[in-house]
Amino acid sequence: MLLQLEHIGKEFYGNRVLADISFGIEPGEIIGLVGENGAGKSTLLNILFGMPVISSTGGYEGEIQLDGHRVHFTSPNQALEAGIGMVHQEFSLIPGFTATENILLNREVLNGSSMSYVFSDRVSTLNREAMRQRASDAIHTLGVNISPDMVVSEMPVGYKQFIEIAREIDRKNTRLLFLDEPTAVLTEQEAEILLIALQKLARQGIAIVFISHRLSEVKTLCSRIIVLRDGRLITDSPAETLTTREIASLMVGRESTRKEEVPEISDAPVETGSVDDTLNAAPKKKKKPKPALKVEHLWVDMPGETVRDVSFEVKKGEIFGIGGLAGHGKLGIPNGIMGLYPAGGKVRLFGRRLTLNKPRAALGRKMAFVSEDRRGVGLLLDEPLDWNITFTAMQTQGRFLLGIPFIFQMRNEHAMAKETKKFIESLGIKCTGPKQKAGELSGGNQQKVCLAKAFVLRPDILLICEPTRGIDIGAKTLVLDTLREYNKEHGTTIIITSSELEELRSVCDRVAIVDKGEIAGILPASSPAEEFGMLMMGEKMRVALAATE
Amino acid sequence: MIKRFIQNAGWPRIIIALFLLALFIAAPFVGVRVDTSLSNTLVRFGMNGVMVLAMIPMVQAGCGLNFGLPLGIIAGLLGATLSIEWNVEILSWLVGMAGKYNISWLTQEFADTWREPIGLASAIIIAVPIAAILGWFYGKLLNRVKGDEMMIATYVGFSSVSFMCIAWLLLPYKHPTMVWGYAGRGLRTTISVEGYWLHVLNDSLAVNLGDYSSMPEWINHLYIPTGMLIFFAVMAVIVWIFMRTKTGTAMTAVGSNPEFARASGVNVDKMRTISVVLSTVLGAVGIIVYEQSFGFIQLYMGPFYMALPAVASILLGGASVNKASILNVIVGTFLFQGILTMTPSVINSYLQTDMSEVIRLIVSNGMILYALTRKVRG
Repeated sequence: MLLQLEHIGKEFYGNRVLADISFGIEPGEIIGLVGENGAGKSTLLNILFGMPVISSTGGYEGEIQLDGHRVHFTSPNQALEAGIGMVHQEFSLIPGFTATENILLNREVLNGSSMSYVFSDRVSTLNREAMRQRASDAIHTLGVNISPDMVVSEMPVGYKQFIEIAREIDRKNTRLLFLDEPTAVLTEQEAEILLIALQKLARQGIAIVFISHRLSEVKTLCSRIIVLRDGRLITDSPAETLTTREIASLMVGRESTRKEEVPEISDAPVETGSVDDTLNAAPKKKKKPKPALKVEHLWVDMPGETVRDVSFEVKKGEIFGIGGLAGHGKLGIPNGIMGLYPAGGKVRLFGRRLTLNKPRAALGRKMAFVSEDRRGVGLLLDEPLDWNITFTAMQTQGRFLLGIPFIFQMRNEHAMAKETKKFIESLGIKCTGPKQKAGELSGGNQQKVCLAKAFVLRPDILLICEPTRGIDIGAKTLVLDTLREYNKEHGTTIIITSSELEELRSVCDRVAIVDKGEIAGILPASSPAEEFGMLMMGEKMRVALAATE
Repeated sequence: MIKRFIQNAGWPRIIIALFLLALFIAAPFVGVRVDTSLSNTLVRFGMNGVMVLAMIPMVQAGCGLNFGLPLGIIAGLLGATLSIEWNVEILSWLVGMAGKYNISWLTQEFADTWREPIGLASAIIIAVPIAAILGWFYGKLLNRVKGDEMMIATYVGFSSVSFMCIAWLLLPYKHPTMVWGYAGRGLRTTISVEGYWLHVLNDSLAVNLGDYSSMPEWINHLYIPTGMLIFFAVMAVIVWIFMRTKTGTAMTAVGSNPEFARASGVNVDKMRTISVVLSTVLGAVGIIVYEQSFGFIQLYMGPFYMALPAVASILLGGASVNKASILNVIVGTFLFQGILTMTPSVINSYLQTDMSEVIRLIVSNGMILYALTRKVRG
């Protein structure tokens, strides 16, 4: 047994994130480690890799054995020396260095010289030729063709991922390799090459722990699959005994809801007829079509998400989706309407013109906004939950305050805590109470806090960006259900911007697709997926496709 | 329980508190009176407290530590010198106004008896608007250099001190106790406030145990500057309340995450400016409190290094570069001033030589160095 974990557990601030995890890894074995975000995968990796975050928060429970000896890493360097390699989700490469320099960083091949006898190896010169050879060997092991002299900053993301892995396998003593979502940034072909390379490595006796959200990859690559859920080990079984669907349901643990939803999405295009039929049917569904939001020739100067000329109407009580590829401006629309980025054009709310470029004006018109940048814009990470949830309402609507308006008003801590408790209960936010800091919650719970912050405003129109980005499947369904319910109960108009088209189609009434800063088309959510796909690919593609047909 | 206390208080504070305690215990053995030392510590605490308090608004609004405190101090110095320059005019103006509006209790006699407190009040009343105006420009400047506030603030402090070195010479002050005797113009480097508002706060409601004959000998030198401590407490309560108002809450949110605040409809730059104005005003009030206890107004290079002890105190109290509380101010000021009082006197007596100034410099700068090294966390 190469690595043996026994009863590993971990608590953060009184929240249990891992409990009683035990499994072993043989040399040359590939293990798939799957679980939702927040299931405890990252924590487990941090423990194994001796990350300081673990020891600074009180260490872990249980025992780790490497080759039958008990080990306790207190720094990543010790783990590296012991032969454990790790490829992180975020790249840790030096952009201005070449592939070779990055791969061999701190393990450079040196030329011996008289100087190094007197001083130390620090003054030796580098043997560039040998380094280049070693780097290209490592790259070739992976089965890709990347020049070792290429500068990392000029590489596409996929290449960078390969360089990261090449660096780990160049280390001679690497026996165990952890890969944290290595294929997330790769194209399909690149991912395939990587999987083949990993199998090759495994045949050389390197054990691999592969973490991925793409279940089909996990299933094809791995010999064993370990499923984590809420910090517990749910299954540890050979890959061939599980189907991807089974893995998914084990991960989520709420089989019924998932199964209902999956067919609903996939069946929809089959049932509905032509696009025109559904277009005509859509207005009938809503009885009083009154434009809650009318956008005319909107432009927004949001870096990376420029909106050029967008016009659309949203009916009262509707759930309206905005989709499209990243960087085409879909996020710019809600951000521009809320006044967070310079914008122009006309926006009317229930017929009245909205002042742009002033967040205050937008908030004052009973619009609420959930930002796509949760940690950057959406939350006060260092402040307690009650601040996060009630702050906007306090500042713009004067609620949760005691005293005389405009003269002297103090915050009403009691009311803030009470309102927060209400939302903690109704949205099921996992926390120690209204006074816990927002930064200590997991992604899904943080998103719920962001939603609560918007709900507190009792908005007429709710703009939500990427409601499910970076949160796990379970929390995803919860968030989307919450939105749906809120829309039904309060008749709130909701505009959701998301890069996940399936999600938009499952929640929204109509979906607009943004392409190059303009609206390519607006379709009812029940339209077939191909229609949306064609809109996303842009006019040129559509013409080209039409020509081939 | 104890573990929890240590965690909340933090090791640095516990170690320094224990060291301070050790000094107090050691004091009698080297012939230093504990009661005198304690009195000195209390007086120094009161003197410096308000200036340390001046750190809070800017730290909370994310403008960093107020290294530009000298700017506020200059406003305070202007208020202080003007209150002496116009002392007679102010009093007669007050009496005149009282006559005009039939305020019967405010007579010439009343004004004469309360001359000193009125003088102090006038110093503060003159200083506050000056500080507010200077602070407004200072805030506008800091809004243009987001991210580098502390560096810029340091130079704002330094350059304003240098600028005022010229101004103190050129401003048309006439009062004979303040201007250079040989030229008849230009302010002196140190101006005594004796006869104006020396110890106005210190001595009001002060407790002097020596006054009671029944007190045991070992404690009868104890002196508590009650008035000054009350004044500090009032200022602290005002800041505490302000930080809990709508504006104060918005300010804290701006410091915590400016993007969040902006998306919540808060005018970030305005909040930052308000915080800088508030810090500067507190600095101005702080120096006046300091001077009435110290007995002298120190002009020219006097304010140059005034920011550092205040910065060190609040960091020592457990504040970080973007979070500070009243408790940090109280704990930090007490520990810093306590060590500063005790170390020289105890060690001096032990070594039997007069090294107090050298030791004081080593200790105070050492503490600042220590305090600044632990700011990186923020």
